Amino acid sequence: MKRLIVAALAAIGIAAGGMAQAEDFTPAVVFDMGGKFDKSFNEAAFNGAEKFAADTGIQYRDFEVTNPSMREQALRNMARRGAQVVVAMGFAQAAAVETVAQEFPETKFTLIDMVVDLPNVQSVIFKEHEGSFLVGMAAAMASQTGKVGFVGGMDIPLIRKFALGYVEGAQHVNPDIEIFQNMTGTTPSAWNDPTKGGELARSQFDRGADVVYAAAGGTGIGVYQAAKDAGKLAIGVDSNQNYIHPGTMLTSMVKRVDVAVYESFRAAKDGTWQGGIQILGLAEDGVGWALDEHNRSLVSAEMEAAIEQARTDIIAGNIAVTDYMAQ
Amino acid sequence: MEAVTWIVLVIDATLRVSTPLILAAFAGMFAERSGVVDIGLEGKMLGAAFAAAAAAFATGSAWLGLLAGMGASVGLAMIHAFACVTHRGDQVVSGMALNILVAGLGPVLSLAWFGQGGHTPIVADTARFRPIHFPFADRLSDVPFIGQIYSEIVSGHNLIVYIALGMVPLAAWFIYKTRFGLRLRAVGEAPEAVDTAGISVAGMRYRAMIVCGILCGVAGTSLSIAQNALFVRDMSAGMGYLALAALIFGKWRPVPTLFACFLFAFADAVQARLQGVDIPGVGIIPVQAIQALPYLLTVLLLAGFVGKAVPPKASGVPYVKER
Repeated sequence: MKRLIVAALAAIGIAAGGMAQAEDFTPAVVFDMGGKFDKSFNEAAFNGAEKFAADTGIQYRDFEVTNPSMREQALRNMARRGAQVVVAMGFAQAAAVETVAQEFPETKFTLIDMVVDLPNVQSVIFKEHEGSFLVGMAAAMASQTGKVGFVGGMDIPLIRKFALGYVEGAQHVNPDIEIFQNMTGTTPSAWNDPTKGGELARSQFDRGADVVYAAAGGTGIGVYQAAKDAGKLAIGVDSNQNYIHPGTMLTSMVKRVDVAVYESFRAAKDGTWQGGIQILGLAEDGVGWALDEHNRSLVSAEMEAAIEQARTDIIAGNIAVTDYMAQ
Repeated sequence: MEAVTWIVLVIDATLRVSTPLILAAFAGMFAERSGVVDIGLEGKMLGAAFAAAAAAFATGSAWLGLLAGMGASVGLAMIHAFACVTHRGDQVVSGMALNILVAGLGPVLSLAWFGQGGHTPIVADTARFRPIHFPFADRLSDVPFIGQIYSEIVSGHNLIVYIALGMVPLAAWFIYKTRFGLRLRAVGEAPEAVDTAGISVAGMRYRAMIVCGILCGVAGTSLSIAQNALFVRDMSAGMGYLALAALIFGKWRPVPTLFACFLFAFADAVQARLQGVDIPGVGIIPVQAIQALPYLLTVLLLAGFVGKAVPPKASGVPYVKER
């Protein structure tokens, strides 16, 4: 019996040793409020991390922040437990990243959607205004009433950036278009309030809007549902959300957070990871609009051509889209 | 004419938004009138929202969803009653504990059962309570005023909105005109008198909590499978506490409580429509100011118009028989 236990312990020891070797490189991702499966911003990061795990066989650690005070703790835990690269999702983690990155100068941090100026922090920001411009055009072309809506999550400059790009895109097609804008709230809970989102969308439909664009994380699910219930069109954000309600999802403003996360993990693994700022726009394929089998029937050839033309023009610099945060 | 349309649409939205509030506030009324403080309205709604969405998704039936929602909520109410009535525990602590329990349990169970993180899959339209359109509603919508009122305000809500509004007079009648209601009120004011009359205080309080559970269950169901099509983490978003505020605001009486719920919902509906709107003479009001409107209104009214709110005398006090 004793011998058996010793053998078992030895086997566990060997297994643990083997695991430790496989875990030599451990990337980590800390999701923000809204959660890993928000079908939007955080889920894009999850998909990127999953793809990395599938491609390389390297497991990653993850953590879902469910209240603001957990961010710093979560990042510190990841760093302390030996993660070489930690991806922090969302503008709200900037302060936490700044603190923890100074405590762990050897650990690499990739911050999505915000800039922290430290040597071991890579800040990835997107030109959401460019992508929003394109879906704004789509909205204006699909609208029968000449009125379109926008539902934002938390009222922060980043979301205003989405809104402004959308407005400019819609006005590019139809200068007289009427645009309704609503913000869900002023606290992080505004990222996860589908009931309120649905109500805001309905208030816009009541005023005559027939296309609504949600840049609101999990709150958007309520917006898309309200659009489906009312027989109107909705535009998704961050991830390609066309599949959620085929037939009433006009398109999605895709922000390639998945690529950013994947690239960050890959670069850290290959040793090519660098701190600094990365700005991803239409030219870098960091943002774009989604066209797939779910919304093919809603997008006419004319619309597609006009949007693709605008895309080329923005990349070439012929159309200037205002960046709300640079104003 | 446009102003009339605007008002009609705001009232329409008010009815929609106030539904879960009314149901939860009346649930609280039954509990507190019987002497059990129920801070766990939020948790019961959330639990019901989860159970309703999960059951509606699994069975494809909105009615079974409603039943599951009510079942979950009554179950939670019974835990609360067991802790506070049978074992005379602290009612605020027990209610808060249930809130925290459900806030964690819902997402965990969804993850275990559906594997989509903290939320359930999207429920099909056939398994939801969809808006009911009354006869001729579409044809009458062009008739000014009367037609608009009929097609927007009277018609076109989901079943639970009508249930909530129908429940209000019924609940008032129950509390004020029936023997059950008399005993309910007595047990919240002077339980020793009820006990002397040979009626079980604990029995009355248990019965009140069952009613509370049923109403919270309907409220939660309306959140997840009438207004939305899925359960997500924390989807009740503080509505249970708001209902509690409406109850205090309405001094634990049916009609004032109903109007308190309407007021909160109205403020919410108005703020959704005032964001970024250019008001003549005022200009565009900042979003933050608009969003503070419901709270501002509450403080003003509480300070100026409501007067002293006196709770049922025995509310929050566990009943101990003299030995």
